[in-house]
Amino acid sequence: MRFSLGRLVLWILGAAAVLAFVVLMTTRAIGPAAGAVPPPEAGPVSLPDVLFYVLAAAAVAGAAGVALSRNILYSSVGLLTALLGAGSLYVFLSADFVAVTQLLVYIGGVLVLILFAVMLTNRITEVNVSNASVGLFGGFLLFVATAPVLLAVALVTPWAKKPAAPLAATTHAIGDAFLTKWLLPFEVASIVLLATLIGAVVIARKEIKAD
Amino acid sequence: MVQVSLAHFLVVGALLFSFGMVTVATRRNAVGVLMGVELILNGANVNFVAFNHYVVGGVSGQVFALFVIVLAAAEAAVGLAIVLAIFQTFKTIDVRFADLMRE
Repeated sequence: MRFSLGRLVLWILGAAAVLAFVVLMTTRAIGPAAGAVPPPEAGPVSLPDVLFYVLAAAAVAGAAGVALSRNILYSSVGLLTALLGAGSLYVFLSADFVAVTQLLVYIGGVLVLILFAVMLTNRITEVNVSNASVGLFGGFLLFVATAPVLLAVALVTPWAKKPAAPLAATTHAIGDAFLTKWLLPFEVASIVLLATLIGAVVIARKEIKAD
Repeated sequence: MVQVSLAHFLVVGALLFSFGMVTVATRRNAVGVLMGVELILNGANVNFVAFNHYVVGGVSGQVFALFVIVLAAAEAAVGLAIVLAIFQTFKTIDVRFADLMRE
């Protein structure tokens, strides 16, 4: 790696940013939770709100990267960011089990599978795997046709809200629900997974021609 | 800043869904189209879990989100197997060129 002043400055800035983040999290979030540091007096901007905006922006930016990127590997990184952002939003909604399942199954399973498919269906020597899009203007029209409608519905409708429930662990309740109320869908999902396993192998294998 | 409430999560879900739909509609690479489908499913999942926390209560929305994750994984597996089969037949995964019903 060539030594250059710009790179050194970037490294120092990055290290300072990481250090500031660690100090901020320790004094404002982890310390008060552990009882070691007195919680800071409440200001107009609270840390969970700021974190929500940062994570939501990361998720949407990742989604935009998937839609607009020219390189399919950049699209996969955008999908990773979008999935991570959505998973962290689940933690805000007291869905800890769903968040960890998203991490394990979606990112650790589906995204890795997609990366396998990307690597297997492109020429190995071609580094810049092409992911050009057809009709970017049509895609923009589609976005303009759907996103404002959904956003207007989300923002204008007076949703009937109940008072905010405290954040609680949900694994116990989800386990109970899977074995009492949602037992039939649970078993059917197992059969679907079995069919998927067999079907994917049958579809993707090379035909062995009888000689 | 505005206090985070239900509408914020619905906006995030709507944006994920819209970008996913644009991805499905405009991508030439078949794996890119499948990435768009995953984005659509994630947008719907965010909606499910947000409504579960702010409106309904209990865990029904989270159970449904878990089922969506399971079925999304299954569908991604089968979809990618189909993409591999198309690659073996047509030697390309450009969606414009896979236009024969049988070879």
